[in-house]
Amino acid sequence: MKRRKQSEERGIFPLSNSLKTRNWNFSRLQGRLAPYAFLSPALIVITLFFFIPLVMVFVLSFTNLDMTNFGILEWWRPANWSLDNYVKIFTNRFFPKILGNTLIYVALTLAFFNVGMALIIALITTHISRGAGFAFRALWLLPRITPVVVYIMMWKALAGPAPMGIINNYLLGPLGIGRGEYLLNTSPWVFVILVNGFIGASFGMILFSSAIEAIPKEYSTASKVDGATTWQTIRYIVLPMIKWPLLFVTTYQTLSLLTSFEQIMLLTDGGPGLYQTEVWALTAYHRALTSYFGNIQWGYGSAWAVVLVVIGVIMAIIYLRVFKFGELVEEPKIDRL
Amino acid sequence: MRLPQKSRAALAYLVLIVPSALIVLGFLWLFITSFSTRTEGLRSLGWTLRNWSFLWESPFGPQYPSIWWVTLNTLVMSLVMTLIVVVVSSMTAYALSRMKFTGRKSFLSLTLILHAFPSVTLLIPIYFVLIWVSKIPVIGRGVPLLGGLGYNTIGGVALVMVAFQLPFGIWVMKGFFDNISWDMERSALIDGASRFRVWWQIMMPNIKPGIAALSIFSFITAWNAYLIPLTFTAGRAGKSAVLSLYLQNFISESVMTEWNAVAAVGLFQLIPVVIFFLFTQQVLLNIYGGGKKGGV
Repeated sequence: MKRRKQSEERGIFPLSNSLKTRNWNFSRLQGRLAPYAFLSPALIVITLFFFIPLVMVFVLSFTNLDMTNFGILEWWRPANWSLDNYVKIFTNRFFPKILGNTLIYVALTLAFFNVGMALIIALITTHISRGAGFAFRALWLLPRITPVVVYIMMWKALAGPAPMGIINNYLLGPLGIGRGEYLLNTSPWVFVILVNGFIGASFGMILFSSAIEAIPKEYSTASKVDGATTWQTIRYIVLPMIKWPLLFVTTYQTLSLLTSFEQIMLLTDGGPGLYQTEVWALTAYHRALTSYFGNIQWGYGSAWAVVLVVIGVIMAIIYLRVFKFGELVEEPKIDRL
Repeated sequence: MRLPQKSRAALAYLVLIVPSALIVLGFLWLFITSFSTRTEGLRSLGWTLRNWSFLWESPFGPQYPSIWWVTLNTLVMSLVMTLIVVVVSSMTAYALSRMKFTGRKSFLSLTLILHAFPSVTLLIPIYFVLIWVSKIPVIGRGVPLLGGLGYNTIGGVALVMVAFQLPFGIWVMKGFFDNISWDMERSALIDGASRFRVWWQIMMPNIKPGIAALSIFSFITAWNAYLIPLTFTAGRAGKSAVLSLYLQNFISESVMTEWNAVAAVGLFQLIPVVIFFLFTQQVLLNIYGGGKKGGV
């Protein structure tokens, strides 16, 4: 490390000497402005689509901007701000239902698929032949790269009623369970979790497999020599070695699940019963951007979204601290000329 | 309960194979259905090519755009989005990787925070930003092919997706820049090349694997996108419709969904992605090649 520093310094000294002969002031100004020229396109996009919206979502959440008073209400004026929307959320008749749905959705999908299934796939595919392992992992990546509308359509076919539906036809029918009904109506939650889980599992799968493959082979050999069972090897060798990826996937996917609603919207749209599978993020979208009973309430919807925004910001900052993202912030190799 | 070792291994395989079978069955159904008049499970009740007639005639009637117009829209949107993402994120990543300037550390932290931040939560205010952009003359609306960069235009949708993809892109690209030795760059700078020229002529050719990986990733994301086009374009069958919306049209608006025809359109959207994915899998996995250290 020290040697590298020295050689870098040695490399830079002749460089800055040679520049002294040139028009120093001009090149210095250019050197100082160049980084910002490189950054400006990104800065414009980030300002337009992150900074301004971030401020706006808070401001909007304090107003009652909707379709009827759009263009009339001066929503940017503090005089028009109030906490009414938040009161409305917490006194909403369906608030406990939506909160409960969100917790069930995140917890079960995470446990069974985004972490559970991902771990199972990673463990098995790293211990079977290379080709087979590769094929399984490619197969599990398919749901993620399939256009979401097509993917949901496939699931609707899988869940279809008796003669058409695949699960009814080949699984439940022969086993004698179920009455051949449309499974999305009889057990919507199972499908909400399956649909999201099949997409979510691939993220953990990739990270876990590469982490498991990075464990030195001697470790598992040694444990086998000592007479450990497969389960013991997994429990006491593999799991502790992939502790960080496990923690990362768990926290990162919690946030993704909490804010994702695209699949649920296409699958059940919160139904089939009243608010039966409606989750928090979907509520925000429904309120603000889909015509619900002919009324679009941007203000009220923003208030629902703000709760998620706050969670998102807090979690993002936590990642930065816990997962040593800071290491990436090391100094660049080339200095300003 | 203690099962013998062998049956426990079998159980583990079962846990892997049964769900995997569901994926296979789903795709098989899609394929079989699109060529059938009716299906029961995976059994076709008669083969036909009629479901594919959307290729030469609009299934909703002549007032709706044809599939080729919609495909062109999707293609333009995906290409524009990919191009902007790659150029902007590699410019930014270059500055972050190779230059020293005030605010570098905070900008980098910002990128990483945004990388973890769920941008979907900002859809509501972005709607207003886009409406505001569409009021800017020329840029807002009226650009040929793209329509513009405002609300209800292909360009506007592409721009929002660029924003959502950018933090990830910057992060990936910076990883690739970090891995390149700076000897070549330094000799070019000594010879008096500008930073911009160094970036374009020396650095960019050297990070081709990174550019390829990010391009493929962005293209697939844009091609598949549903939520952003749905939110930021007005009509589902309008002038700026993309494939996902077109497909959703079939499912939700017709009185009786004709699954066979829908499956064909779905397959039409899916096939390019799968082919693309199969050929580029190795390149795509490179995407984590650069950003190995840190977070993951």
